[in-house]
Amino acid sequence: MSFINYASREINCKIVYYGPGLCGKTTNLQYIYQKTNPDLKGKMISLATETERTLFFDFLPLALGQIRGFKTRFHLYTVPGQVFYDASRKLILKGVDGVVFVADSQVERMEANIESLDNLRVNLAEQGYDLDKLPYVVQYNKRDLPNAAPLAEMQRLLNPARVPEFEACANVGKGVFETLKMCAKGVLSDLRKMAR
Amino acid sequence: MPIVDTQLVLYDEDYRKVLGVCERLARDAHAKGVFVVDKNGQLLAEAGDVRGIDTTSLASLTAGSIAATGGLAKIIGEEEFPIHFHQGVRDNLHMTVVGGRIILVVIFDERSSLGLVRLRVKKAGAELARLFEEIRKKSERARAGGGSPFAEITDDDIDKLFAD
Repeated sequence: MSFINYASREINCKIVYYGPGLCGKTTNLQYIYQKTNPDLKGKMISLATETERTLFFDFLPLALGQIRGFKTRFHLYTVPGQVFYDASRKLILKGVDGVVFVADSQVERMEANIESLDNLRVNLAEQGYDLDKLPYVVQYNKRDLPNAAPLAEMQRLLNPARVPEFEACANVGKGVFETLKMCAKGVLSDLRKMAR
Repeated sequence: MPIVDTQLVLYDEDYRKVLGVCERLARDAHAKGVFVVDKNGQLLAEAGDVRGIDTTSLASLTAGSIAATGGLAKIIGEEEFPIHFHQGVRDNLHMTVVGGRIILVVIFDERSSLGLVRLRVKKAGAELARLFEEIRKKSERARAGGGSPFAEITDDDIDKLFAD
């Protein structure tokens, strides 16, 4: 749920990075944080366990510039990917404007990808959202690994509707900004649609 | 089927009213800072001496904390825990859920007391609940009636944002 503030001439939107445990959601945000001009970003918050697994969420506020005199700000969140943190994932999806699904390309994680995608649909539906109607981007992460599944297979299993998709190696930044930009564009286009 | 929150639109005149309530609360409760945050983690207004406080992070974590304890409440059969109090060595944090959608946060130290904060928050919370009900209705009307600055944006406007 975006928030338009006429007093400060700001628009705030929320993008959530979803996906199975260890797929690279936090790595995406860390890369964005590292590569963004300090004037355009706030502090990155990671609520993580001692072993650096996301416990509740990561949060990164980002300013993208002005559009028609309004500052556009995006709040990026990740969910905890591990299956048993489902209650937390539901909470973080509240008020979402756009979703990035980060898939782990490793063959042995394909089942976890499918399970997480199903879980995303169910949790969104519980909040009254339909994934097919939200700005939504799929990222195939870890494409550089030798055990990566063929792209066509991942597309067939995870993106039959062929929403915008990107191959990525989030640890070195490949595909990270492309994914974010596509999702942010989708959110802004959606705002326009809502306004008309 | 749950209803998705409508987009929140805060106009100048409403913002000034909300800010007025926050400033009065900060003064009357002898608080260091007062914040109004929506349940999705957006900071809506702030008053008092908030220098040195990362307000964006505060808003996001407040919403996360309220959401997590709200989840706990449901597990034990409560709808919500509407009042939260965190006591620190110097500063204390008081959070109240207002009107089901807004969180009123007060930071205070030894110059005030929990009793005084609770008393003042009760009155300010009722005012804010009323104000945000009006704001919600206005947001819905704005959405239904068009007139948003975003109705006119073009693909070019959006592309320009992302030009490297």
